[in-house]
Amino acid sequence: MANTRKQLPKSPTGIQGLDEITGGGLPKGRPTLVCGPTGCGKTLLAMEFLVRGATQFNEPGVFMAFEETAKDLTQNVASLGFDLRDLVRRKKIVLDFVFFEPGEMAESGEYDLEGLFIRLGHAIDSIGARRVVLDSIESLFSGLPNQHILRAELRRLFRWLKEKGVTAIITGERGDGTLTRQGLEEYVSDCVIVLDHRVNDQISSRRLRVVKYRGSTHGTNEYPFLIDEDGISVLPVTSLGLQEIASTDRISSGIPRLDSMLGGAGYYKGSSVLVSGTAGTGKTSVAVLFAVAACRRGERALYFSFEESPSQIMRNMRSIGIDLEPWVQKGLLQFQANRPTFAGLEMHVMTISNAVKAFKPQVVIFDPFTSFINGINENEVKMMAMRLLDLMKINKCTALFTSLILGGSASDQSQVHIASLMDTWLWLDDLEIGGERNRGIYILKSRGMAHTNQIREFLLTDHGVELRDVYVGPSGVLTGSARLVQEAQEKAVQTLREQEVEGRQLELERKRNVLEAQIAALRAEFAVQEIASMKIIGQEQAQEAQLAQERTDMGLSRKADVKSNNKKGVSK
Amino acid sequence: MTKNPTKSASPKARLEKEKSDNYILRLYVAGKTPRSVAALDNLKKICEEHLAGRYKLQVVDLLESPQLARGDQILAIPTLVRKLPLPVRRIIGDLSNTERVLVGLDLRSKS
Repeated sequence: MANTRKQLPKSPTGIQGLDEITGGGLPKGRPTLVCGPTGCGKTLLAMEFLVRGATQFNEPGVFMAFEETAKDLTQNVASLGFDLRDLVRRKKIVLDFVFFEPGEMAESGEYDLEGLFIRLGHAIDSIGARRVVLDSIESLFSGLPNQHILRAELRRLFRWLKEKGVTAIITGERGDGTLTRQGLEEYVSDCVIVLDHRVNDQISSRRLRVVKYRGSTHGTNEYPFLIDEDGISVLPVTSLGLQEIASTDRISSGIPRLDSMLGGAGYYKGSSVLVSGTAGTGKTSVAVLFAVAACRRGERALYFSFEESPSQIMRNMRSIGIDLEPWVQKGLLQFQANRPTFAGLEMHVMTISNAVKAFKPQVVIFDPFTSFINGINENEVKMMAMRLLDLMKINKCTALFTSLILGGSASDQSQVHIASLMDTWLWLDDLEIGGERNRGIYILKSRGMAHTNQIREFLLTDHGVELRDVYVGPSGVLTGSARLVQEAQEKAVQTLREQEVEGRQLELERKRNVLEAQIAALRAEFAVQEIASMKIIGQEQAQEAQLAQERTDMGLSRKADVKSNNKKGVSK
Repeated sequence: MTKNPTKSASPKARLEKEKSDNYILRLYVAGKTPRSVAALDNLKKICEEHLAGRYKLQVVDLLESPQLARGDQILAIPTLVRKLPLPVRRIIGDLSNTERVLVGLDLRSKS
């Protein structure tokens, strides 16, 4: 809505949220029609517009009441902290009560409403009023017999108000199929705001919608609004327009192993985390640990509990070795416990908003957020979540919502609504294997970080939360004693394998030994044979020599060829 | 009717007497518009005819004293207010319809 182009000059109402929707207030110097059924807060809105104008913007105002006396009005708005009597005394506001008994007015001939003009003009001039409220001028229709004159005069009145340059609110009761009973919207065409209140499941919620705003952009949605001790507050669904700067800082989830699952560093600062799970899966523990981690860093954590009382949470957390008492005493941890049915969603948003503004936490927990869902208000709860997230982003809080799942899978419809708004979605699950239930945790999504896709077993021990690897085998994920059994089995198998390897090694060794023994035996045998062979060779040689000698000797004895062959007995 | 009007010293009794006897009429106008002038003329005529001698007529010009509009809850102009006798009656318009004025002032029954 931040428009740099020049828009109509506007008159800020000072009503929380309304100026955001209208982009700065009501059209300055023009009449605005505020209509709706009885009891929707028209008079109050108009009165707050005047009071805030008089006190905050130095614009005195005239309240012309056609239904309530000045005394009644003063009393009614005193409960909202508006001291009308004082403002009237200080000439900031004029209250004028226009009273007439329908029966006591007779008509004879032509007339106009100049008296009303003079009266209003006098009131405006007496304090230099810049704002005017006519509440509700339709009552004139029951008092004045001639509708033609009245309509013509109303047209003149609104023109006259414009000429006077006062910013005016005209209220009107809703009619059948029309915005107002007498069709005032015909005359007031610059800005029309419709108020409504509905009762859903015994909880009433008020709505405001800008139907028309000539010459200006405006939020077109229906916005819930509240009337509390500070007057009206309108809650724009998305006042931020998604322009907040995302932090790259990371903060610990309070569970070291979970941090490492989340890319090693935990959640993003200022992000939103949804922890979903069936009953008893440890959502609250995850939430509490996150809050405690914040307290350890010296930050403030605000814990909204919608089902358990603070003392109940503290007792339960002691059983897993987490003591919250010191943090509460140090003022770093604050609990706010309210039943969802205690008030309408808007009232809760307001309470939360006020608590956040007062406590200024860095971490906010909503546990369990799903208890707001009652079966028919899912969209409203989503809107509420959106507004809460905006609130968190404006205040730079990291928010953790827990959400109870009634069994079923991650695609459970009611969850997806909220989950799509969240940055990180943790899923706590019951893993039912081998006749026991064990807790598992995994990350369904975590925007902007590399996170694990693995399931971890989630153990609640007397010294806090532990995350363990689960056994993933052909039959799925194993946890608890099944995991222990599996681990034992694996160990046995490994021992067996080790033994087998050892056996094989021994066998090999034995074989080598056998082989070597054989080799040695062969070698010995060979040696023996060698010796024997050598011996034979020697004998043969000796024999040969003997024969040669004998031949020579024989030759000598025969005296054959003595000269040439006396040495070589072999030659012939 | 009081039993003894001559002895009526108490203000209440005098009021009773005025109520029955005297008409106090106040005509609110805004400037000397034709309609205002017509209303005054019409009123004077009716009073002379029906209330001769027992009425008081005040004319209030709201342009001169706008603060008076609030006291008598004036919206329409012209407005004739019958302050007395009670109850207060208002007749709006230029009083051109004499019949209606007479009914409005309780000088003639509605039939």
